[in-house]
Amino acid sequence: MGAGALFIAVFLACMVEAVEATTIVLAAGTTRDWRSAGTGMAAALAVLAVVIAALGPAISAVPLHGLRLVVGALLLVFGLQWLRKAILRASGHKALHDEARIYQQQVAAAAGQPRRSAGLVPDWFGFTLSFKGVLLEGLEVVFIVLTFGTNQHDVGLAAIAAACAIAVVAGLGVAVRAPLARVPENTMKFVVGIMLTAFGTFWGAEGAGAHWPGSDASLLVLIPAIAAFALLLVAAMRRAPGGQGGPETPVPATAPAKAG
Amino acid sequence: MTARLRGLLAFWYDFVIGDDWLVAAGVVAGLAVTYALSRTAVSAWWLLPVLLAVLLPLSLWRAIRRG
Repeated sequence: MGAGALFIAVFLACMVEAVEATTIVLAAGTTRDWRSAGTGMAAALAVLAVVIAALGPAISAVPLHGLRLVVGALLLVFGLQWLRKAILRASGHKALHDEARIYQQQVAAAAGQPRRSAGLVPDWFGFTLSFKGVLLEGLEVVFIVLTFGTNQHDVGLAAIAAACAIAVVAGLGVAVRAPLARVPENTMKFVVGIMLTAFGTFWGAEGAGAHWPGSDASLLVLIPAIAAFALLLVAAMRRAPGGQGGPETPVPATAPAKAG
Repeated sequence: MTARLRGLLAFWYDFVIGDDWLVAAGVVAGLAVTYALSRTAVSAWWLLPVLLAVLLPLSLWRAIRRG
């Protein structure tokens, strides 16, 4: 895999995670207290730095075949989960991921909580909300950077790609101070699902002892093949009952929207 | 304490396994068979793509059926 493909894969995957973390921090800052939300974010970034310092050298010490097997398996499971959700959303079987709606839900939940200060933090709820959001999404970013970077012997480039994605999203978030609803998150998740599935298939098979024809070049066939297959599934599922363009499935008027 | 442990386990289950356990089980089985094939004279690279072509539609069908 070339440096460009590594950069694009890590950049897109991290951008999706950064959008989700930014939505939570913005909700905490807007409704509760910017200082507490900022402190929560900084504390989460400090924990993530410790995780990177501990995990980075440990992962580098694992033999490449073993690493590719484990990472390939995890990426394939994650990729198939993302792709599954993306296909369900694109075909109308699941509600689209809507950052504006998620932001409003976070705002409503945050506004209902009583204000309580603790130590240097003026609002504990705002701190916790921001801390959890950044830590959980950040762990996924760390996983993506370390696995992609170690497998391709270029953790530095993977880290730069992640930093660029976070900087772009954080910059946009600070500029608009509103949910990043215009970021085409559903399309990005579809693309990232394809990338994770392709890399997971490639590394998983290599880790299990298989040899791809054409070695790394087989990814150039694998990625478009998975993309074409996913698009075919979207088209087929749109015609299925309950899909966009398919026969209507009777839904009770009070049924909640499927999301997540 | 039990509730915290249960919460932690639920988090990791959701993080690694996700919505459909069949996908995770299928991937593990696929990698095991790939490993077994790679120890023989038969090439093994094709197995995971074939598994993917079966597993993804199956998981989607299960998702629609559950509604």
